[in-house]
Amino acid sequence: MRRVPAPLIALAGLGLLFFLLPLAGLILRAPWDQAAAGITAPETATALELSLFCSLAATAIALVLGIPLALVLSRMTGKPRKVLRALTTLPMVLPPVVGGVALWLAFGRRGLVGSLLYQAFGLQITFTTAAAVMAETFVAMPFLVIAVEGGIRSLDPRYEEAARALGAGGWMVFARVTLPLLRPAIFSGAVLCWARALGEFGATITFAGNFPGRTQTVPVAVYVALETRPDAAIVLSLILLAVSLAILVGMRDRWLGAL
Amino acid sequence: MSLKARVKIIRAGFELDVLLDVDDGETVAVLGPNGAGKTTLLRALAGLASMDGRVELDGEVLEDSAQGLYVPTERRQIGLVFQDHVLFPHLTVLDNVAFGLQAQGRGDARQVARRWLERAGLENKAGSMPRELSGGQAQRVALLRTLATEPKLLLLDEPLSALDVTIRAEVRRELSRQLASFRGVRLLVTHDPVEAIALADRLVVLENGRIVQSGTPEEVTARPRSRFVADLAGVNLLRGKSHGDHIKLANGASIAAPDAGEGDVFAVIHPRAVALFLVRPDGTPRNVWQGETESIDLHGERVRVRVSGPVPLVAEVTPSAVRALHLTAGAPVWVAVKATEVSVYPA
Repeated sequence: MRRVPAPLIALAGLGLLFFLLPLAGLILRAPWDQAAAGITAPETATALELSLFCSLAATAIALVLGIPLALVLSRMTGKPRKVLRALTTLPMVLPPVVGGVALWLAFGRRGLVGSLLYQAFGLQITFTTAAAVMAETFVAMPFLVIAVEGGIRSLDPRYEEAARALGAGGWMVFARVTLPLLRPAIFSGAVLCWARALGEFGATITFAGNFPGRTQTVPVAVYVALETRPDAAIVLSLILLAVSLAILVGMRDRWLGAL
Repeated sequence: MSLKARVKIIRAGFELDVLLDVDDGETVAVLGPNGAGKTTLLRALAGLASMDGRVELDGEVLEDSAQGLYVPTERRQIGLVFQDHVLFPHLTVLDNVAFGLQAQGRGDARQVARRWLERAGLENKAGSMPRELSGGQAQRVALLRTLATEPKLLLLDEPLSALDVTIRAEVRRELSRQLASFRGVRLLVTHDPVEAIALADRLVVLENGRIVQSGTPEEVTARPRSRFVADLAGVNLLRGKSHGDHIKLANGASIAAPDAGEGDVFAVIHPRAVALFLVRPDGTPRNVWQGETESIDLHGERVRVRVSGPVPLVAEVTPSAVRALHLTAGAPVWVAVKATEVSVYPA
């Protein structure tokens, strides 16, 4: 390692401490004797099940819609690309609560699209599991789009040219060459997207609300439980922490490889 | 079957304007230095680069900018072989070769692909991934992958340049054999004169986006009309019959060469490998002749000396060597070439 000035080392240590202290607090203050009971408690199981379902569904939707979006983005040039790319990545920087409000304005009962759906089919999205999935997709999909678009841009265009010269039409080139070659980018994008969806709170509680078994995902449950049953909140937090750590360890090659 | 093309591409700082005619049964090599526009020309013919002009293959118009006509690459029935194989890294060798056949909707794609691999002696690599192949094998598979689709036009973009010198000859032989049995229009682009002369019946020399010369290799090198061709002619290229350790030229002269094999061969001797002496040299060189200095040309720091004799050669020496050897036009001189400096490959 090259020499780093002492004051910077001190600041870096302080920064690291700032990350580690809360995690240490979480682990040290956890009611380990009740943890087993907490995990098996029906409310916890329900929230966990719902969280897994919603985050996986959000990831699936993001894959189906996000990969084509990334493909279109990567083929564009100039100003239109910049504008579309900014729009796509907006949810990454937008406060999730704002995202939730925006979703509500679009798909709520009196929203832009929501009112039409309600009038035509009597369909109401808000406060349903579908709403929780939509909120998570809204917030998490950009992570997938960005990862896949980066993958496409670093792809040697001659693979697709070779496929075309061999007589493959657009769909065959996509399915048999582009998509398989993008597997690493799609995988890491999907994992990031899933992790973001799993931790989603702001947009979910705003747009989907807090109904146990329907829209109360683990992060929402943590927030609610902190008021009344702090021990349960800590156990749920530990579960999310474990999942995050597992993702980090599972992807360490990819992330460390990029450094 | 023939190719008639007029390709015009104008980009910032670059202009390509080429009229190209390739007849049935001939292999044409577009030869030119890097940046001459060779690859751009191939890409335009393949429909991968936008251009002005017209491309007609086997009587069918593939592109005509005047009429706004454009047949997309995948429907041109062309074959494109890249400098570095570009095999699909996620597919096995067999699936790579079957790819184009599957694109044609053939149900027996994999059987046909397997037969192509068998004919090339690569059937034991059918299940391998491209990364497990050597450079030469990968390029041979890439060639098979293209030939299996039976294209009407075969476009080869520096097919040997990325290969190790040691395996280049082997792949060149196979390429030469495949080209001979290929029933379609064959067009090769390369910056390597040896590759062009070994594979093509006709050379088209491209420089700065224009064709400067065209004809058989002999015609082109006999009367250079540009610096590039002059340099190209500077390589001593000999043709003869090989008998193991020596090659017999048409005029009866004999050259010692290592592992020359048997049959018709080309022999290349670089002018820098030709040493000149005032008296008969002692030592190991096995190729020693007496000749007569024909001409002396100064090229910057080097002097090219053309020597006549049983094996006419061009030697490249330093100006001080010219003074030490008292070289003047018409003066006698001894020529020596180490056998190991003679590179031989089948014709």
